[in-house]
Amino acid sequence: MNDWLDLLSWGFLLAGSFFGISGGVGILRFPDFFTRLHAAGVTDTMCTALILIGLMFQTGLNVILVKLFLTLAFLLLTSPTATHSLAKAALHGKIEQQIKTREKESSTS
Amino acid sequence: MHALSMSATMLLFWLLITGDFGILNITLGIASALLVVAISQRMDVVDHESQPLHLTPRLPLYWAWLSIQVIRSNLEVTRRIWTPGETICPGIIRIKSSQQTAIGKSIYANSITLTPGTITLRVLGDDILVHALSQDDVTFLEEGEMDRRVTRLES
Repeated sequence: MNDWLDLLSWGFLLAGSFFGISGGVGILRFPDFFTRLHAAGVTDTMCTALILIGLMFQTGLNVILVKLFLTLAFLLLTSPTATHSLAKAALHGKIEQQIKTREKESSTS
Repeated sequence: MHALSMSATMLLFWLLITGDFGILNITLGIASALLVVAISQRMDVVDHESQPLHLTPRLPLYWAWLSIQVIRSNLEVTRRIWTPGETICPGIIRIKSSQQTAIGKSIYANSITLTPGTITLRVLGDDILVHALSQDDVTFLEEGEMDRRVTRLES
């Protein structure tokens, strides 16, 4: 039983690491500031969630489990706010961007 | 009502963080919770926005749906990262939000940012300015399912 939990835990940890690396590769590959924020979003959500879930399986039923869960909850609430403020600052500071699609209602204001 | 829910949340938070259910610790917890609520009340922040009791019963279902969307869009963005060649066509679009309250709008805007592939740049009244990574993300937002679900949340 414990071996299975360990295996499950490592599955989550490795998957989380993969998404973390993917986010990093995306930051290097994507062309401008805004698209890089999307790549960082992968690290913000999937990577942190999977790694914290993996750690929850490691620790078992105790106070640390609750703390890990709260950490996850707070991260998921605060990281979009941080991303938004970065994006808004970049828009305000007129950082140059690549735009390929333009919708009929679109605006670059 | 809001003050009561805030005190309960603070006390529960204290107990979960400390993990000690001794009489001294609980007494200290109650004292701290009441102090925090008293200060918050003076700051006038104990209201339906900091304690959204009217949303609480419907939130878990929305979270479940949002988690699935976050996973789906994560896989999508990851696929775009690892596929060689030109995989993205970024753009800025303006979409409508149908929420009435400020808290509904901020839940919608934050949900957009939380799903990779779309970032909220600015909220202007009923319009939300969104940076999208690809045409698929634009289509997803224009279908408006997230918008409808958040609106249903606040009704």
